[in-house]
Amino acid sequence: MPMTERVARLRRQSLDARPTLSAERAELMTDFYAQPHGLRSAPVERALSFEYLMAHKTIYISAGELIVGEKGPAPKATPTYPELCCHTLEDLDILDTRAKTSFAVSAQVKQIYADKIIPFWRGKSMRERLFAEMTPEWIAAYEAGLFTEFMEQRAPGHTVLDDKIYRLGLLDFQTAIDESLAKLDFLNDPHAFARQEELRGMRIAAGALITFAERHAALARELAAAEPDPLRRAELEQIAETCSWVPAHAPRTFREALQYYWFVHLGVTSELNTWDAFCPGHLDQHLAPFYRRELANGTLTRETAEELLQCFWIKFNNQPAPPKVGVTAEESGTYTDFAQINTGGLLADGSDGVSEVTYLILDVIEEMRLLQPSSSIQVSAQNPDEFIHRAAKIIRTGFGQPSVFNSDLIVAELTRQGKSLVDARCGGSSGCVEVGAFGKEAYILTGYFNLPKLFELALNDGRDPRTGAQLGPRTGDPRSFASFDELFSAFERQLLHFIDIKVRGSNVIERLYAAFLPCPFLSLLIDDCIARGKDYHDGGARYNTSYIQGVGVGSLTDMLSAVKYHVYEERDLSMDALLSALAGNFADERTRLLLANRTPRFGNDDERADALTVRIFEAYFNAVDGRRNTRGGEYHINLLPTTVHVYFGAVTGATPDGRCAGLPLSEGVSPVQGADRCGPTAVLRSVAKMDHGRTGGTLLNQKFTPQLLADEAGLNGLVQLIRAYFAMRGHHIQFNVVDAETLRAARRDPQSHRDLIVRVAGYSDYFCDLSETLQDEIIARTEHETF
Amino acid sequence: MTTGMLFDIRRYAIHDGPGIRTTVFFKGCPLRCAWCHNPESQSPALELMLRPNRCISCGACAQVCPELAVQPVDGRYVTDRAACTVCGVCVEACYADARQIVGREYTVEEVMAVIERDRDFYLHSNGGVTFSGGEPLMQPDFLLGLLRACKTAGLHTALDTCGYAAWETFERALPYTDLLLYDLKLMDQAGHRQITGVPNRRILDNLHRLSALGATIWLRLPLIPGINDDAENLRATAAFVAALPNPAPLYLLPYHNSAEAKYAGLGLPFQLPGIQTPTDAHMHAIAEYFTRAGLNVVLGG
Repeated sequence: MPMTERVARLRRQSLDARPTLSAERAELMTDFYAQPHGLRSAPVERALSFEYLMAHKTIYISAGELIVGEKGPAPKATPTYPELCCHTLEDLDILDTRAKTSFAVSAQVKQIYADKIIPFWRGKSMRERLFAEMTPEWIAAYEAGLFTEFMEQRAPGHTVLDDKIYRLGLLDFQTAIDESLAKLDFLNDPHAFARQEELRGMRIAAGALITFAERHAALARELAAAEPDPLRRAELEQIAETCSWVPAHAPRTFREALQYYWFVHLGVTSELNTWDAFCPGHLDQHLAPFYRRELANGTLTRETAEELLQCFWIKFNNQPAPPKVGVTAEESGTYTDFAQINTGGLLADGSDGVSEVTYLILDVIEEMRLLQPSSSIQVSAQNPDEFIHRAAKIIRTGFGQPSVFNSDLIVAELTRQGKSLVDARCGGSSGCVEVGAFGKEAYILTGYFNLPKLFELALNDGRDPRTGAQLGPRTGDPRSFASFDELFSAFERQLLHFIDIKVRGSNVIERLYAAFLPCPFLSLLIDDCIARGKDYHDGGARYNTSYIQGVGVGSLTDMLSAVKYHVYEERDLSMDALLSALAGNFADERTRLLLANRTPRFGNDDERADALTVRIFEAYFNAVDGRRNTRGGEYHINLLPTTVHVYFGAVTGATPDGRCAGLPLSEGVSPVQGADRCGPTAVLRSVAKMDHGRTGGTLLNQKFTPQLLADEAGLNGLVQLIRAYFAMRGHHIQFNVVDAETLRAARRDPQSHRDLIVRVAGYSDYFCDLSETLQDEIIARTEHETF
Repeated sequence: MTTGMLFDIRRYAIHDGPGIRTTVFFKGCPLRCAWCHNPESQSPALELMLRPNRCISCGACAQVCPELAVQPVDGRYVTDRAACTVCGVCVEACYADARQIVGREYTVEEVMAVIERDRDFYLHSNGGVTFSGGEPLMQPDFLLGLLRACKTAGLHTALDTCGYAAWETFERALPYTDLLLYDLKLMDQAGHRQITGVPNRRILDNLHRLSALGATIWLRLPLIPGINDDAENLRATAAFVAALPNPAPLYLLPYHNSAEAKYAGLGLPFQLPGIQTPTDAHMHAIAEYFTRAGLNVVLGG
């Protein structure tokens, strides 16, 4: 259906709004914390601060809106979280003026920061506390770019909601909390008091969101009273009625279900600046019962449902990711906040989850063509080809959505980690490609890990050639290594050393959040925090996972392959000559080309290279998987980059795969840009040699020319390519459908290509909003053509 | 051991028959179509292909050439093709991949090893293997070896042919061929000879006999503006196809002017400069015409 005038206008308003930085939240939090108060437990204090925020923040309802609520005072007016990361005036200047992902910061906001926010929070924020708690080794590795730290500017989150809000109102949650409180056993449970405080916090937080919704109802009634247009007046009255019913009570209608979720989304993302925003997960499955019931009794049409969904989509697009600075901005340089709506997949009983609402949502994705929310299809062997075919038609339009996930493998990944089969089926993918048991798991991404940089250390006896610092253990001068295996062992020692450092740091950081920034509102939504009386940050969830995201598998494969092949097998280059060439950043182009063009490389279905990929995978898996975190769960691996492959490349010198110093590394599990030369089936076979089933997500980018998908044969080819890759147990694949010439043109003339959207990593972004290095990297990705 | 000369094996071919396929390109063709987009497919011999845009002027080719066929001229390296014996020594030395030998001798087993790699993709898509070229029927023993091996392996086979071969050769291949991709170019005898180098009588006769035998055939008509898209050729083509003993779909393939650099790289003259890809509107008009003539037309493919 074509967009209604209302939707077109709201969409345009969302697209045109420039992201600004709003000081409202920072001010309110400062006001709250500055009030004189007695001794309070952390969960109660956080809940009261949330209540204060929800009671005082600006309520916004735009002309024509059907779904209401903004995180800031207006669309794209973005709040800050000074208790977590207190921006300096210099940060504000950078945010205001930087070329990419900027946020307009008014003089007034700067003044408020100077007078009120900074004096109060400086030296007291979580970010400062966190860095102060880290060891010198951790700081040195962080500064060298060996890993990043997700929790230095944003709170853990990385979770997704299940179906519970469609069955229960927040008043029902409060009843459950009261039952849990009544069951506390102060005679035998030494943690009973802590549980009581946490549950009290959750109860306050639930009430705070009801208040927030009632304030919307009040404003809607006020606007209705003044509204001359009877149609709009009726709409406003309906908004008022909806907001006084949800989230207090379970939703009765399709509209109430959407509005309820949206309030919850705003609650979670206002309480803290959780990573990956928040997400409704299997939206089609959650909405299907409401849709069917209302269609049957005549209170809803497909068209009305579609318009409501479109309005819901625009709401996501109105919320840029919280302003990031420093390394966090480097690793996640985007406005996208990674709410990834799932479609299709499996029902709890293991049957086909595709419904008429799935196709309705796919229509909305295609019509809205917005960066946010991200969208994915969850493909199981149980789903019909027609479903993938419909999605392929959207992929063909070239804005990188939806991405494509292997539902059956996700179930296997989650059950391997110990989830029940039903919890696994009700899970899916979120963020970029990360798997989770929706509504029941805290799966925290702790940071990216620079695998190629470790190999650089191994080639330099633990020294970082960029700074000369002895960063890692002394694993020997590689000139003295008799075999490739010795070199690989040196790499493994570096790997273990820095994983130890990373895990030690993360275990401290988990405790910092548990102790100082609990999140009672998010906790009440995730099983079994209420039953356990424990915070989400403290192991309250049914499942508690920590991930370390490996980056640069493709690059590292080619580096190892080049050394193995040229130094140890063909012997056409000595280790000494190789090290000199690297130190000189390939002064001799012939040496670079020998390494780049005469090496078996990953992505070509070439066993010589792919065997090394598997070896890297196993080494990384063994270094991380199964370590204990502090929340009663384990560490696992996943392989994805967002934009960090550019930053990690920038801190890594010339490498033996013929890559010059400072250039980007490979992204996700994709081959090095341009190194795969045998077509997509060869790429998929290479990539599938890793055991994706033992990860929590892998990311594979493929770039197709539009011509390759122009006709029915092209679409069917894509559908069957996906089917075959998933039968080989691949986790995820996404497509850029744009030719390099268009990208080059956009690079030259950004003004005429403002609307060009490309797939970056687990998300899409405006091409012109990407850093120039990243733009070049995407252009360099291998383009599969038709012939 | 049967061997044959190929110039490429391409995986994820989706326009050479049904499903996802691997296409095996034979080197050597009896035709010399002026518009040929794979000029390296024509000669059955090894050829030297140059890609000057990759050259870094390191001079390694000149240093190693046993025939002294590469010489520096104004800081660039120029190859004397008359002196070149296509021995490939310079290609080994050229790390920039600016020099390439086109063509390689394969055994049936070697080709099958590549084909087998994508078996999963064929199974999911009802795809298979396509033998193309050049002209596969110019190497009948090798082709037959491959066709038999594919059938033994349970794979769907397609033969992409220009049709210019002895009937006996078709008869040998037919039992192992599931699908024929059969090219039509020009219906006029003299015109065909002029633009492809051979007359079309044998091509059309073979097609008629294959159709009479009930072979599964997809006809393919490349549309080259100014060469074969005139009303008379379209009319004659429609009449011929309509008169075949069994109906066959007709795939219309728009000409793409993408091979010019290849001609230059091989040191061959490009005979059709300046011809543009037919517009979508033109292609649709032609499709419409054939459809009205009662043919089963497919655009693209």
